[in-house]
Amino acid sequence: MYRRMLFAMAASLSLAVAAPAMAAEEFILVQSTTSTQNSGLFDHILPQFTGETGIAVRVVAVGTGQAIRNAANGDGDVLFVHAKPAEEAFVAEGNGMARHDVMYNDFVLVGPSSDPAGVRGMTDVTAALARIAEAETPFASRGDDSGTHKAELRLWAQTPVSVSEASGGWYRETGSGMGATLNIASGMGAYAMTDRATWIAFANKGALDILVEGDDRLFNQYGIILVNPERHPNVKAAAGQAFVDWILSEEGQSAIASYTLEGEQLFFPNAK
Amino acid sequence: MLDALVQALGLIASGDPDLWAIVLLSLRVTLTAVALSCIIGFPLGAAVGALRFPGRGGVALLLNALMGLPPVVVGLMVYLALSASGPFGVLGLLYTPTAMIIAQTVLVTPIIAALTRQVVEDLDGQYAEQFASLGVRWHDRIAALLWDARYALLTVALAGFGRAVAEVGAVLIVGGNINHVTRVMTTTIALETSKGNLHLALALGVVLLMLALIVNAAVMAVRQTAERAAYA
Repeated sequence: MYRRMLFAMAASLSLAVAAPAMAAEEFILVQSTTSTQNSGLFDHILPQFTGETGIAVRVVAVGTGQAIRNAANGDGDVLFVHAKPAEEAFVAEGNGMARHDVMYNDFVLVGPSSDPAGVRGMTDVTAALARIAEAETPFASRGDDSGTHKAELRLWAQTPVSVSEASGGWYRETGSGMGATLNIASGMGAYAMTDRATWIAFANKGALDILVEGDDRLFNQYGIILVNPERHPNVKAAAGQAFVDWILSEEGQSAIASYTLEGEQLFFPNAK
Repeated sequence: MLDALVQALGLIASGDPDLWAIVLLSLRVTLTAVALSCIIGFPLGAAVGALRFPGRGGVALLLNALMGLPPVVVGLMVYLALSASGPFGVLGLLYTPTAMIIAQTVLVTPIIAALTRQVVEDLDGQYAEQFASLGVRWHDRIAALLWDARYALLTVALAGFGRAVAEVGAVLIVGGNINHVTRVMTTTIALETSKGNLHLALALGVVLLMLALIVNAAVMAVRQTAERAAYA
């Protein structure tokens, strides 16, 4: 009788496993950030690259910190993130080949349109942060070691405020992605720092508005690195390099420039 | 919530091929993982429930405790094992549906085994005298108990299905939520939430709920037909 049962289980298993065979195609794995994925940039540019080269691109979109750690483990062929010091450290440790600038946009400070801290229109971002701290109005931080989080902490470091002391009070570390953090900021009427691309594509703005923008220190540079195939033999060096070369080429750069959302260009190519 | 229901029906009616691919991948990953978990968990749970061996209480306790394994922890363990720098990196399974199946199997097997142990132990209490008087050997005893508990075990399998189909932590880490490759219902819901598309995310949640309803209804129908056939 248990033969019958085994048979039934085996039958159900083979049914479940018998899935459409995945098309045998060449692909590379790109470790990237949520801002490039959620803004729709990849959906815009990757079909062009795949159409020209036949190489499919699989994107894992996580925070920059996690993307760098995954790539350091060899789980990816190309790293495409936005935290220059961490990227340079990644290369210096021998995990990646050369780092190239790809494109930039900027960070903005968003907050409730009622603006209880009164920072609207300020052009000095650290002064605005200091004022938010002084007013002790809630500020939602990524708190996840992402590129945006690192940039935010660099700005706080230029103020007299100690956010680690304020943590749990008015300074709230969500430990989540940009979108999740904006959802929280929208829900609690908090200030937050976000990259402009994610902000424009974000659909749950609620009462949030851009309050501070235009400070040079809000510059947000993206870079691309081929993972070192000598350290990680599984890395598809040729296909990965082809992707890096294409992104830096005139074609790739104009593909990035041509992506707009709601009439706004989200990323500005600046490869050298 | 009513809006979400309407939008969910609209999504289904639209026949969007991307949505169907995601639904099918969800089903494929979860059903495979549950089947594997049953193949491991039924005999394991029955052995712990019916046999007497040293350390049995400890094993039962461990199985019960493992039911509370957080999906994120399972995802991390499987990630570290399958990573290119991990022991099984050469297999190249990370960021594939197979990796997601492995993670969900690790997550669900303790649930199946622990619940099976309870079911079989209760049944063994009723059968113990007959088994003893007939001198039934241990493996026949396990097989007989599993067979007679088969309807209860269907519910056990459904509990495992519920856990696997709803979890997002493990499949997100080992699958990577790659479009057209490893994107399933729960990771899509998480993604749409992070884009601020809350209504779409909720509608997808309703679709997932309907999927669970259909699977549960199918299993219940099988069970009723089989019971009717058995007692006719």
